[in-house]
Amino acid sequence: MFASQGWCGLAAIATSAVGADPTNMFAPAGTPANSIFSLSMLVLGVTSAIFVIVSGILIYVLVRYRWRKSGDKSEQEPHQIYGSNQIELSWTVIPVLIVVMLFLATTRVIYTTEHARKPADALDVTVIGRQFWWEFSYPKLGIVTANELHVPVSDPSHPLPTYLTMSSADTDHSFWVPRLAGKTDVIPNKVNTMWIDPQAPGLYLGQCAQYCGVQHAKMLIRVYADTPQEFAAWVAHQQQPAVEDPRVAEGRDVFMHNACISCHTIRGTVATGRFGPDLTHLASRDTIASGSVPNTPENLHRFIENPANLKPGVLMPPMHLNSHDLDAVTAYLTTLK
Amino acid sequence: MATQTPAIETHNAAASKPSRPLWLEVLHGWVTTVDHKKIGLMYIGYALFFLVVAGFEALLMRIQLAVPNNHFVSPQVFNGLFTVHGTTMVFFVGMPILFGFGNYLIPLMIGARDMAFPRLNAFSFWISAFGGILLYYSYIGGSGLYGAGSAPDVGWFAYAPLTSRVFSPGHSTDYWTLAVLLSGVGTIGTALNIVATTISMRCPGMKMSRLPLLVWLYLVTSCMTFVAVGPLTAAQIMLMLDRYAGSHFFDTQAGGSAVLWMHFFWIFGHPEVYILVLPAFAFANEIIPVFSRKAIFGYPAMVAASVGIGFISLGVWAHHMFTVGLGPGANTFFVLATMVISVPTGIKIFNWLATLWGGKIHFTVSMLFAIGFLFQFLVAGLTGIMLSVAPFDWQLGNSYFVVAHFHYVLVGAILFMLFSAFYYWYPKVTGRMLSEHLGKWHFWLFVIGFHLTFDFMHIPGLLGMPRRIYTYEADRGWMIWNMIVSSGAAIQAVATLLFVFNMVWSYFKGAVAGADPWDAWTLEWSTTSPPPAYNFAKTPTVASRRPLWDLKHPEDPDSNYETEQHLPRSSQEESL
Repeated sequence: MFASQGWCGLAAIATSAVGADPTNMFAPAGTPANSIFSLSMLVLGVTSAIFVIVSGILIYVLVRYRWRKSGDKSEQEPHQIYGSNQIELSWTVIPVLIVVMLFLATTRVIYTTEHARKPADALDVTVIGRQFWWEFSYPKLGIVTANELHVPVSDPSHPLPTYLTMSSADTDHSFWVPRLAGKTDVIPNKVNTMWIDPQAPGLYLGQCAQYCGVQHAKMLIRVYADTPQEFAAWVAHQQQPAVEDPRVAEGRDVFMHNACISCHTIRGTVATGRFGPDLTHLASRDTIASGSVPNTPENLHRFIENPANLKPGVLMPPMHLNSHDLDAVTAYLTTLK
Repeated sequence: MATQTPAIETHNAAASKPSRPLWLEVLHGWVTTVDHKKIGLMYIGYALFFLVVAGFEALLMRIQLAVPNNHFVSPQVFNGLFTVHGTTMVFFVGMPILFGFGNYLIPLMIGARDMAFPRLNAFSFWISAFGGILLYYSYIGGSGLYGAGSAPDVGWFAYAPLTSRVFSPGHSTDYWTLAVLLSGVGTIGTALNIVATTISMRCPGMKMSRLPLLVWLYLVTSCMTFVAVGPLTAAQIMLMLDRYAGSHFFDTQAGGSAVLWMHFFWIFGHPEVYILVLPAFAFANEIIPVFSRKAIFGYPAMVAASVGIGFISLGVWAHHMFTVGLGPGANTFFVLATMVISVPTGIKIFNWLATLWGGKIHFTVSMLFAIGFLFQFLVAGLTGIMLSVAPFDWQLGNSYFVVAHFHYVLVGAILFMLFSAFYYWYPKVTGRMLSEHLGKWHFWLFVIGFHLTFDFMHIPGLLGMPRRIYTYEADRGWMIWNMIVSSGAAIQAVATLLFVFNMVWSYFKGAVAGADPWDAWTLEWSTTSPPPAYNFAKTPTVASRRPLWDLKHPEDPDSNYETEQHLPRSSQEESL
């Protein structure tokens, strides 16, 4: 019935072996997450040992010194013991030694993570937390996107980390992708940095870890670790201007003549708003609504009709478009590959 | 006076026999009282009411989280629930219930007739009580004149700038601010009273070195309150200035600092955890020895450890801020400070174990809860060590692992020890025993519910589930754990109802307790149950830490040993 901490940890690791947990911190896939994992195993080992010893003594004492009605004919009180300086000293010194050991191990990981040397070819990404989505921009590459962060995979023999420079446009947020690194808070009026180096290609999930308002729960993060070729192709594609497809000119007109443009940017058009996600390559993303639903025409249609349908508390208002305009603008947005 | 008072009592009783007092008279008696016992009971009753209310809020949240993408409550309602649940449990359950026990017990344990400042005592209670009412009034008046009411939804630590008027329009945040502010005023008043009472009201012979450990710990906790509540109150006033007078302390859009609020809040918030847990230690220090039939092991070490915890706890607050970006230097300092606090905490656990060692342990319901406390506090301490390791905290911080950890402290340690204290002191307060039979049901149901909920709550945290989300994605593998957690919550609710029923039933039908049902050793057991308004007909005089032991064992009193307190009582072969 009494589950120990070590047991909790083991259960989590056991379930991770099945591969069903995309945000398991005990399935690290990058250097910071790896060094935290090793340190956490040390800590779990030490605390589990303390748990076993102390709770073992507790159980022994409870069984050995329980009062037995039958065996205790005498009404006598047990022998009174008031204390012992030697014993007090021993159970002060031993914990102090354990603390020193854990402290030194911890300090090493703090400095190797927070004071890591930045390679010259590291990728820079600026992360802006917003209610309730993420803006990712690549200042040296001229790319702005949202919620789906593409980074190159990092070969351990030739590390290629991505450095995230982070701040918030409104309330506090926290960037947390457990398989890649610990979380770092994203705070307005403060610039924080962290780095990630996914070592295997694939998709890494995470989400905002600091309560930021109504829709904190659906402020999800998707990090795509691309092979060098994939990443180069993705960059080249994102640097293209928005697709101009004459077949959806009507939807484009709806977009450009409504309030959409005051919040959204579509590069090369009059839409230069900065309040909502950049839509230049919206259709190249897998999800909408901060990663909470797949980017299908149906979901897009529902979202534009009334964003609160999919994400109650979202700051985008319902645009009250008639169904014809709604269909047209949805068709336009689906062409923005 | 002392000889006259009983005579007056009997005269009154005889005069009022034909007609029982009107309920209005009873009410008037309670509202205007300055008696430390009645104020203590009002604190406890008030806290128990809010315990049930905030527990109900927790149940609503657990229903919402039982399955992914649930629509049981809206995100707005959920965010209000966790804010009000946290605020209520800390400020309007934890603080008042602990001060209630302190109020009731401290004068009785030091042989005094009341607290040092009875009227300040009443003022502190009522101001705290109005704080709680103000918090809940937000559900009616939160949005101001033109909207429906709304609960504050900024989280119990209300990080800036979410509390600014831009992000929190309406008045719900103001109700939260004022509620916490008022409760802080009451807290300071009561803490002041406890310190003054302990310093100046002790009966003859009760030197500080003979003070019951419970009173020592309340003294430490009250001194910590002076340091901790000030910054919180200051921060609340600054927040109000920001919201209504155009200042920019926390207004990041005008150059204010969000991190400043975090420092202010946690320099209160972390000592607060120890302010809440030290009284639980205090109960354990009285209850574990009595049911082991042995003196507490290492009294001086226990006092030193408590004072040590008090001091160190003032320097650990930024372990709540390892992810804020304070830099490796600050992080390293707070790692060390936080880890060091585990040393005096460990000393306490070891001393309790040594007290049990060689005793004759009586498994009353009170003792069962105390043993649950020992076990769960051990676990909570160990998860605390994990969280003190800053890099591990970068993963665990703000996840459900943290939620599990602090509920292990607040429920597994503090609430268990409170239940233990209820079973232990209820006979003194009411003159009747709580039913041990119902109590055993209460204990086992609560233990099962607690471990289902809070053991399994660690796991979704390790699997990446952040706290304060009203729903979660189905593909994250969190559902099974959340189902188990929610089912445990339901069992705990049943157990708590059983406890409430036991309290009511035993008040009328419980076995008559007598003055000293547990064969205990501190002064409160030397007077009648319930104690008269004046506590002691004759001010007692004590010669050791266990005055009633000395009375019961005149052939072998404690006072023979306390000058050489570290030597075992008899020869060396009987030592550990």
